[in-house]
Amino acid sequence: MTKIYELKNVSKTYRNDGKEFEALKNISLDVEEGEIFGIIGMSGAGKSTLVRTLNRLEDVTSGTVKFYDKDLAELSPGELRLVRHSISMIFQSFNLLNQRTVLSNVEQPLRIAGVPGRKRRETAMEMLKIVGLEEKWNVFPARLSGGQKQRVAIARALAANPNVLLCDEATSALDPKITGEILELLKKINVERNLTIIIITHEMSVVEKICDKVAIIDNGELAEVGGVKEVFSNPKSAAAKKLVFPSNPFAPSSEGGKLIRIVFDGTKSSEPFIANLVEKTGKKVNILSANTRSVGGIGYGQMILELPNDIRDQEIVIDFFEASGLSVSEVDINE
Amino acid sequence: MNDFIIDAIQKGILETLQMTFFASLFSYIVGLPLGVLLYATSKGRLLENRAVNFVVGLIVNIMRSLPFLILLVLLIPFTRLVVGTSIGTKATIVPLTVGAIPIVARMVESSLCEVQPGIIEAAKSMGASPLYTIIHFIIPEAVPSLLQGAAINIATVLGYSAMAGVIGGGGLGAIALQYGYYRYQKDVLWTTVALLVAMVMVIQEVGTILAKAKRKV
Repeated sequence: MTKIYELKNVSKTYRNDGKEFEALKNISLDVEEGEIFGIIGMSGAGKSTLVRTLNRLEDVTSGTVKFYDKDLAELSPGELRLVRHSISMIFQSFNLLNQRTVLSNVEQPLRIAGVPGRKRRETAMEMLKIVGLEEKWNVFPARLSGGQKQRVAIARALAANPNVLLCDEATSALDPKITGEILELLKKINVERNLTIIIITHEMSVVEKICDKVAIIDNGELAEVGGVKEVFSNPKSAAAKKLVFPSNPFAPSSEGGKLIRIVFDGTKSSEPFIANLVEKTGKKVNILSANTRSVGGIGYGQMILELPNDIRDQEIVIDFFEASGLSVSEVDINE
Repeated sequence: MNDFIIDAIQKGILETLQMTFFASLFSYIVGLPLGVLLYATSKGRLLENRAVNFVVGLIVNIMRSLPFLILLVLLIPFTRLVVGTSIGTKATIVPLTVGAIPIVARMVESSLCEVQPGIIEAAKSMGASPLYTIIHFIIPEAVPSLLQGAAINIATVLGYSAMAGVIGGGGLGAIALQYGYYRYQKDVLWTTVALLVAMVMVIQEVGTILAKAKRKV
């Protein structure tokens, strides 16, 4: 696999009125060709700054951002503009030209690249067909819904035939149903055109649905990076746990009580663990909450259980789950 | 009012329109690029350049703070140089243009500032050069606001053109001054005032309608 991006120790510090703010701290990660790479974090975590270093809308303070082995910081303004033809971007607020028709919007990157008029219109129409909006070619963006506007933005992003598509909170202004449709479209484009996609989001569901890999950004730092399945079934960092597991509102019902979380991945989700527990050990547990999510078609689940009061019994239950290959961890209220 | 005065008023309307049209045209030819320059060189914009922004801004501010009547007098030698005379309709176009340029520049600057930063970011991300971004993204997006500003500017020029009567310019202003003020012909005074008001209203209304038609939001 070819590396499309290689980030090494990327840091970004803003100076404002003598005050310093570290938006990115020492981030290193690689993105490979053809993958859908999610970057997730709370708002203010620095993910929008991070994606802007990928096409040098933001300069890094230290570290390097390499795009196909080229250090973006070393490019002249002219070279950078040329490279940007291969790095498209879509935005939360769509950023379409309001005074131009849909077709003319999609033509923009081609005009910038100096493609002649007829070829430009043909390509733009082709792109509109991909996003299913060819009938709206002569309409102004103000007449379109949010989802349609983002489709136009995607058509525009594809027009210059880029190597990578950066999505900055591209679905955050859309409702869940439209979000699903846009994500499906992105997935389709990823498969059909082998286009690498980098998605910035604060929504777990977006990463779950289409990403192959995920990086979790917390407070400007890279908390965790890996395959979506690994990170979601076994989050290691506190930031990842906070994102993957819903917070626990329950407290043990008695003083000696203990709460545990068991997490199971797709290979185990078909086994009836609780029934097995009762049958084999005779110990009972109380299910406080449970949920499962589908990541790339495989079910991942977690349960919060309250254990019996007796310490011996608790050990027996935990041993049973661990012996069955589940990950077990103790939880506190509001974790 | 006798026929002579009615003829004079008719001629005055024509002269006022001439002065307003040409002064507005010329002031936009200079003021539009100047406004773009002020916008583009200001802090955080595409061609940020503190020195250029400061110098251009200073000149514009000085020109704008001069009362138009003073500017009229100060510019007499310059007007002679350009058109060969300092009286008449043609001569008035020179100080009108000079007086309107800084107003146009500031108006253009503020219209361009209204363009969403996201659109500029999108242009950048597509690999557009700063100049391309200004010409193909920022200015077209600002067109409705620019038209609205143009209506205000043209109405201002029209108002200024009436003042030019004081130093021997033509137009309705001169008629109001000569007949209405110096000769106490109140009917002439009020007729010219009514005509000027009507003209300003038409300009403003046309500007608003055009801007609305252009605004696709």
